Amino acid sequence: MNSFLAKRLGQTVLSVWGVITIVFVILQLSGDPTLLMVPEGATQEEIDILRRQLGFDRPMIVQYGDYLWKLARLDMGVSLVQNIPVIDIIAPRVGYTLYLAFAALLVAFGIGLPVGIYIGVFRHSALARALTAVVLVGQSMPTFWSGILLIMVFAVSWEILPSSGAEDPSSIILPAITLGALSMATVARITRTAIIEELGKEYVRASKARGLSFAAVIRRHVMRNASIPLITIAALELSNLLAGAVIVETVFAWPGLGLLAIQSIEARDFPVVQVLVLLGSVVYIGLNLLADILYSVVDPRIKLQGGRP
Amino acid sequence: MSGASLLPRRRAPLLRQVLRACEARRMWPLYLIFVTFTLLALFAPWIAPYPPAEQDLFARLKPPGTAGSEGIYWLGTDELGRDLLSRIIHGARVSMMVASLSVVVSLVTGTAIGLAAGYFRGPLEVVLMRLVDIILSIPAILLAIIAVAVLGPGLQNLVIVLGFTRWPRYARVAYGQTLGIANTPYVAAARFIGLPWWRILLRHVLPNIIAPLIVVATLEFGLMIIWEAGLSFLGLGVQPPLPSWGAILSTGRNYMGSAWWIATLTGACLFLLVLSVNMIGDFLRDRFDPHSIRR
Repeated sequence: MNSFLAKRLGQTVLSVWGVITIVFVILQLSGDPTLLMVPEGATQEEIDILRRQLGFDRPMIVQYGDYLWKLARLDMGVSLVQNIPVIDIIAPRVGYTLYLAFAALLVAFGIGLPVGIYIGVFRHSALARALTAVVLVGQSMPTFWSGILLIMVFAVSWEILPSSGAEDPSSIILPAITLGALSMATVARITRTAIIEELGKEYVRASKARGLSFAAVIRRHVMRNASIPLITIAALELSNLLAGAVIVETVFAWPGLGLLAIQSIEARDFPVVQVLVLLGSVVYIGLNLLADILYSVVDPRIKLQGGRP
Repeated sequence: MSGASLLPRRRAPLLRQVLRACEARRMWPLYLIFVTFTLLALFAPWIAPYPPAEQDLFARLKPPGTAGSEGIYWLGTDELGRDLLSRIIHGARVSMMVASLSVVVSLVTGTAIGLAAGYFRGPLEVVLMRLVDIILSIPAILLAIIAVAVLGPGLQNLVIVLGFTRWPRYARVAYGQTLGIANTPYVAAARFIGLPWWRILLRHVLPNIIAPLIVVATLEFGLMIIWEAGLSFLGLGVQPPLPSWGAILSTGRNYMGSAWWIATLTGACLFLLVLSVNMIGDFLRDRFDPHSIRR
């Protein structure tokens, strides 16, 4: 245990508490949180009963304490629409979102890494310039447009891949490409920067002087050093992919947590929405912490002193 | 000149800096795209051939170029027989209005908080910058989703939510820059001759930290356009009858087989606008990189 890690852990705890509090404040901002929790068309009497049941008639500080206490015991509440514990609604969906996020990460690294290496090593060639432009375009395409375009080409016109759902094993292909495209650009850009930086260092010239072939220098030395930032990026990008899944899952009707969040908002099932936002935020914060720890573990030169650059 | 170091480094006025940055010839196509969309947005009611909500149920899902009762549907019609071109033009207006308003809200809030934290220091600094850390550590899209879901969708709430979610970006930049400026001799001098704090901040600190903030604002503008469209796509943004690119894309998704033009063309406009804004932002960042600005 050292001071950097301790400080970082403290920050993480603070962030988690901050998220929980912000969600609580937002729910209060609506004026009367009871109104968010009642089914449509409830009478005033029913609302009053529910208010007492949910404890919204108590002083705010008591409610806040109760809310924290429930979360601490992992008591996630009960869905208003389906009347079963929120956890039972969320649990079967987790796998789908994780599957999608990891498949997208695979796409991002599978394409982004070779492209990044190429445009880093041969940065003045015409192909490298063309690829750089493609990467930039990929980054600026909103997923809810690129996803629709992919469906139109591969599912509607050519009919070779399913357009939505998750019944067929090949259903994952289009959502994974759509979601992965964003991270692919980041991976390619960071690989390129890392490679260019390493290529400018003395040891590259020394290795060449030793008579190593250029390919061997790249493979044995440059790639190994350039991979350090990439490991961190993997954790960071996974957290971005999980957040981006909300839109991609809606486009492809992929039955994960993102689609559940949108469906729950439409059904005004607030306990579910609340838990999903809290869960998403905590995972996001956790992955960011992991990225920082990885960064210092992977590179012994850093020795857990600073954070990410 | 030993006394020169006491004075603030003279820099060209901001407007001239920006103009000089605009001279690069290769950027012109991007400016053209951006200016075109801005003009479309500003003059939408006069440019659009049809009112954006006017329905013609006899002209539903017509492909681009079909002749209608009052002229040609250049980009086709949607499922209610509304002219897609007119809806895209009015959508540009909504999109740019939401994006610019939310950028202004977060720019002003973030800059004020960053200035205060960097200039006054002490417990205020700790509390404010911790808050910045916390908000930046939450996935912003989730924060926006729950806030819109609670407050209800609509243009005004969208601006409030986007503004609130994004101010920490500016606060962090303003804070870092202010820390550097607040320690310079000329700020100390201004304090010694008894200038009030607000005057020091507005006249002597703010002009020196504004360039990097404008770079952030440009990049954020592109992001806000995507977010507005994304939230509207999810049904959490601007509500009908106001046309929004995200909402049009969401309808287009239901007519992918029968009316390709709805989603394809609307998305293409969104993409072009965002691409031009992002590239202009990147270009400005290279020019005014906060690290390269001497203090």
